Amino acid sequence: MPGFDFSNFNRNSALHARGVPLPKATSTGTTIVGCVYDNGVVIAADTRATSGPIVADKNCEKLHYIAPKIWCAGAGTAADTEFTTALISSNVELHSLSTGRDPRVITCMTMLKQHLFRYQGHIGAYLVVAGVDPTGVGLYTVHAHGSTDKLPYVTMGSGSLAAMSVFESTWQPDLDKQGAITLCAEAIKAGIFNDLGSGSNVDICVIENDKPTQLMRNYEKPNERGTKERNYRFPRGTTAWLNQKIISKEDMKKYVTIETLSGDDNLAEKMEVDS
Amino acid sequence: MGSPFDINGGACVAMVGKDCVAIACDLRLGMQALTVSNNFPKIFNYAPSTYLGLTGLATDVNTVSDLFRYKVNMYRLREERNIAPQTLANLVSSSLYEKRFGPFFISPVIAGINQTTGKPFICGFDSIGCIDLAKDFIVSGTASEQLFGTCEGLWEPDLSPEDLFETISQALLAAVDRDALSGWGAQVYIIEKDKVTQRLLKGRQD
Amino acid sequence: MASLLDHSAGGQTVGYSFSQSAAAPVKQHGFYPYTDNGGSTLGITGSDFAILAGDTRSTSGYNINSRMVPKVFKIGGDEETGEGAHIILSVVGFAADGNALKERLDSVVKMYKYQHGKPMSVSACAQRLSTILYGKRFFPYYVTAILAGLDEEGKGALYSYDPVGSYEREQCRAAGAAASLIMPFLDNQVNFKNQYIPGSGEGHALEAKKAEPLPRDHVQQLVRDAFTSAVERHIEVGDHLQMLIATRDGIEEVFHPLKKD
Repeated sequence: MPGFDFSNFNRNSALHARGVPLPKATSTGTTIVGCVYDNGVVIAADTRATSGPIVADKNCEKLHYIAPKIWCAGAGTAADTEFTTALISSNVELHSLSTGRDPRVITCMTMLKQHLFRYQGHIGAYLVVAGVDPTGVGLYTVHAHGSTDKLPYVTMGSGSLAAMSVFESTWQPDLDKQGAITLCAEAIKAGIFNDLGSGSNVDICVIENDKPTQLMRNYEKPNERGTKERNYRFPRGTTAWLNQKIISKEDMKKYVTIETLSGDDNLAEKMEVDS
Repeated sequence: MGSPFDINGGACVAMVGKDCVAIACDLRLGMQALTVSNNFPKIFNYAPSTYLGLTGLATDVNTVSDLFRYKVNMYRLREERNIAPQTLANLVSSSLYEKRFGPFFISPVIAGINQTTGKPFICGFDSIGCIDLAKDFIVSGTASEQLFGTCEGLWEPDLSPEDLFETISQALLAAVDRDALSGWGAQVYIIEKDKVTQRLLKGRQD
Repeated sequence: MASLLDHSAGGQTVGYSFSQSAAAPVKQHGFYPYTDNGGSTLGITGSDFAILAGDTRSTSGYNINSRMVPKVFKIGGDEETGEGAHIILSVVGFAADGNALKERLDSVVKMYKYQHGKPMSVSACAQRLSTILYGKRFFPYYVTAILAGLDEEGKGALYSYDPVGSYEREQCRAAGAAASLIMPFLDNQVNFKNQYIPGSGEGHALEAKKAEPLPRDHVQQLVRDAFTSAVERHIEVGDHLQMLIATRDGIEEVFHPLKKD
């Protein structure tokens, strides 16, 4: 469990009581979706991160790894989705190591909801959890307060209505893999173009039975910036500066000794890595 | 009362060039509209080619820069090597998230070159440690909106160290001149694989 | 008992203390007659032209109301085509107020022509717009206006306003949501602020690069780059770029696509 440090809490809530606003975190005012199909599940996300009306990151990653066959799309407070999924990913791995079984999606979803419920919504993570396990295909949504849903197709984030309108108008039972991918991409694009909190590219993750998981980063890039009309390179010497200090590697060697070791593989014992 | 991020003022920006990175900050320290000091650098050095810029509440800038000085020293003693910018990024991120429910009022920026790979690296954070990995530039501080405008307009890929100096300096100076809480001189670091150049810029003193 | 209740009523104990007077005031809600419809505008003048530009997106919150709501208008021209106009106005902020202001200024400029038998000069129109805005000093038009045209000498003229009528003639001005992004870029690229002539001296002795009026195609390129940059970083700016260019031959209108995300 994360050991949160509340040493600044009293100072900050004292400031807040005097009318100081809370800091604005990078929020993934987002569109995320998920959709099951005959042999697996697809999740997708846009790639815009905002801070107020400003785009903080044009190409961020909102699809998070939990286990080889369980992935998570995150909306809400960006730091919370990042760290909550990392924490649960770590616990899921320990759990699977101790049980000697492949992790299940419902286990992961339960760990997430119990963690989030304990924090009463203060951890602002809104997640779509998807994956395949020995019991079959799983697709869930988890809200920041700890409530969950299990549905064949789901959307979340500020673009959830735009994305859901695509699902509700064009989704049909027994989709194939490509059908599910295309449908999810269309739903994300509805969010990208009609919701201001979402934008830039489409990321897709396909988790399938008996096949390795495919993360298709920037599956579609419908918003690339064109070339600029003018060249803005300045002539050298345009900026006025008053003095300079050059620190070269030679100077550094006076204080530190740097030796590069040879890359002989036999020197160090090889680490075991999961296949 | 205004936001703690806007009490002391300040701006910081990092940019990627061809086999080099640059990081720059203004030098103002204020209390609301009153300027207290024109020599308050916001960039701190943690390894030969790893730099951290901190803007926001000045007391937290001091606390956090000292905290990382301690943490990085401990890292170097334990590991007997310098900290890579990527490692510092993860250290900053987890240290800030630890204080999720009582954050420091700062917006950090990292710029550096990874000595193992030789590749440039920049990234930024919000106050609770969400990493913003960008390929082009990172901005922070009270002039962040202005910096977004100038950087988006002036930056181009694969700038040489000399051209990158001009671009980052012009972007910073133009931005801080449109922000009442930033300015009063500026400092630029151009980081190359085995050389770092630090320059003091001539800027408006109002 | 009372003190016990006091403590448990909040459900939490506080770890700080203030004098009683520091308590947060009770919040009141009421009718707010304004909305922010986002978007951004920009104006630059040259030696014989003036350009006003704006994006055509209209927003409220995270929603897009429309992708084609122009913010730049011809003033004093034909009702349908705008023909015969020689003044241009851009308004950004609350779109309903912007439209009302445009209609009012348009009729004022037309009445001036009917009554005096000559077109209104840009400087006169600029003064009149200030009066109109100040007339609603205590229930303002919630807009940032920019007025442009050619002055009596045929040079580009541009006037920028605050919502209550304070105005100033300038070379260039950005307004609206992305003004803080665009304005420093313009300072650097139009007025060459902080740029010096390379090799003209050392340190303090360097000679500053002088600003001079830019040619029209150069300015149009700057406007397009300013907007494509703003679109990248501001969520309320996008869809189309509308440019009105006032020259001695009349007013030209150009549209240019912008990103729609």
